[in-house]
Amino acid sequence: MNELRAQLREWREAARKRLPPWWSRALAGLLIAIGIVLPFFFPPSSGFMNATIIAVAYAVMSLGLNVVVGFAGLLDLGYVAFYALGAYSLGWFGSGFFFRAHVHVLVSPVASTLPGVHLNFILVLIGAAIICAVAGTLIGLPTLRLRGDYIAIVTLAFGEIIGTVAVNGQSVHVGGGMTLTAGNLGISAVDSPYFPGIGLFTLLNLRPWYWLIFAVLLVVLFVNLRLRESRLGRAWIALREDEVAAVSMGIPLVKTKLLAYSIGAAFGGMSGAFFGTYYTEVNAGQFQFGFSIFILAMVIIGGLGSIWGAVIGGLALGYINNYLIPDVLNDLPGKFGLNFQLTQVEFGIFGFLLVIVMVLRPQGLFPERRRRLELTAEIAAGDAQLVEVPGTAGGGT
Amino acid sequence: MSPVKAPASPAVAVLRAEHVTKEFGGLVAVNDVSLQVPRHSIVSLIGPNGAGKTTLFNMLTGLYRPTRGRILLGERDITRARPDVITGYGIARTFQNIRLFGAMTAVENVMIGQHARMRAGLFGSIFRPPWVRREERETRARARELLAYVGVRETVCDQLASQLSYGDQRRVEVARALASEPGVLLLDEPTAGMNPRESQALTEFMRRLRDELKLTILLIEHDMKVVMGVSERVTVLDLGGKIAEGEPAEVRTDPRVIAAYLGKQE
Repeated sequence: MNELRAQLREWREAARKRLPPWWSRALAGLLIAIGIVLPFFFPPSSGFMNATIIAVAYAVMSLGLNVVVGFAGLLDLGYVAFYALGAYSLGWFGSGFFFRAHVHVLVSPVASTLPGVHLNFILVLIGAAIICAVAGTLIGLPTLRLRGDYIAIVTLAFGEIIGTVAVNGQSVHVGGGMTLTAGNLGISAVDSPYFPGIGLFTLLNLRPWYWLIFAVLLVVLFVNLRLRESRLGRAWIALREDEVAAVSMGIPLVKTKLLAYSIGAAFGGMSGAFFGTYYTEVNAGQFQFGFSIFILAMVIIGGLGSIWGAVIGGLALGYINNYLIPDVLNDLPGKFGLNFQLTQVEFGIFGFLLVIVMVLRPQGLFPERRRRLELTAEIAAGDAQLVEVPGTAGGGT
Repeated sequence: MSPVKAPASPAVAVLRAEHVTKEFGGLVAVNDVSLQVPRHSIVSLIGPNGAGKTTLFNMLTGLYRPTRGRILLGERDITRARPDVITGYGIARTFQNIRLFGAMTAVENVMIGQHARMRAGLFGSIFRPPWVRREERETRARARELLAYVGVRETVCDQLASQLSYGDQRRVEVARALASEPGVLLLDEPTAGMNPRESQALTEFMRRLRDELKLTILLIEHDMKVVMGVSERVTVLDLGGKIAEGEPAEVRTDPRVIAAYLGKQE
């Protein structure tokens, strides 16, 4: 087994040496091209397209949470809060919910005759990012002074608070008979994205939705890649490694952590706004604690801190959750004469997957380069100790 | 011509602690200690284990806030300043138990030391305009210069810090401290775990730092050979209080110091 692994590593090294230096760029270009032409191979409103869109939106969230948890090492268990805020940004600024207002900016001809605030989806996307970044800063300012597990507890509570505010917001009056949220009734009839020249997005043709969220993914991916190799990215890793040493080297603790938290929040908000318009409804029931854990599972399965891992983790769990379990394997137990459907045990399946990954590959599917090096070094040190122990014991007798 | 720049402002060259006290609950770790570190000198801080030396260091670098007393860097009161701000003012330190960032390479560790001297913020990092690219390039090049200056071989510069030898880890830590372009350098037991020859080399190196980089060095040290060889002044702490201060020769013969180290003769 070990020999096989060593052989594989050797081949990988050899392949790396033979490839020209531009191959990673070429690979990235190829992947982007595949991503763009992908919808043409599937019917425009198939279940697979639907699952793909949701999976890509999950990947965006996963990348956002990866900045917080993976880069900066802040365990955030309330990420659903930014999904909710992003979705409500769409509910507020892209529907007839605030019916006393009449604001229209670059929206479809139909929407521009309706009451309410109707902004172009790109503006909503930017607005959602800003609202979530500000919210992230406000919640982070008092909490990020805490360490490790305490941050997890406070963010967990924050996620729950936002969920409760979303439910009870229908009793919070903001004037003119309008309320803050529509609670469990949901803000419905939200605007679909509209772009002059492209037209209005409909659920009969999912391709434009896909390209839209794919473009968001590329932007978020670009920001992630740039940040990782920057002054800020290094500072996050330093804080994650050793807080005392990092501040002693001149890294401002709270400010640096806040930036990670706000950036992660902004990405979650963008994805949330997309989900708001894609699901055509913003309902308080969508924002459950389990969703925070779901996104965290994507980051961990992909490999904590790894950008490509976060993308793969998000896509994988997205497909499993929205395609494999409900569409492909749902009737599997029935075929074996069992009286249940797979969707009824999906949390059990996710738990099982997590356990499998943690046992077989604790560093995740695509571990970050640093962690891979670190883990192999630790294993080597562990092996060395194992060799030494019997020797010293022998010397003692 | 040394590859390392001399500190920009000569104002940040003298460090003073005035009647500094630190209490942890009922425990008085440092009790009414005053200390002066003259410009371009090497001052040693000695004392038995638990005397409060590292606590004093932690107050000077802002990790602890003194319960009473003041700390001045030049004319500036830094008693309540945050540690990262104090680093920006020009105090850098190393740690008794080496605290490198294990998952980063030696070069990256030293680049972290330059954090306070860099300007790239969030948008600079994302959009990477030419000045940010230049800054990154210069920071990296300078990190290599500093590593060479402290004597880390070129071949290990890109290895993870956790994989370096003990001696190299100590050297990288010094390079990381120097990267913040300090006026005052605080070294916490730099010779711990070194053999006499290495200690001798480090003594020479500290003199070089003072003379070439015009640094002021405050040193916690147990190795008396190093202390007597390198320092202009010595301050002795025991049980949180200052019991002696002066030139190495005076301190060595001070009966209170001998008592503190060897126990009292009945």
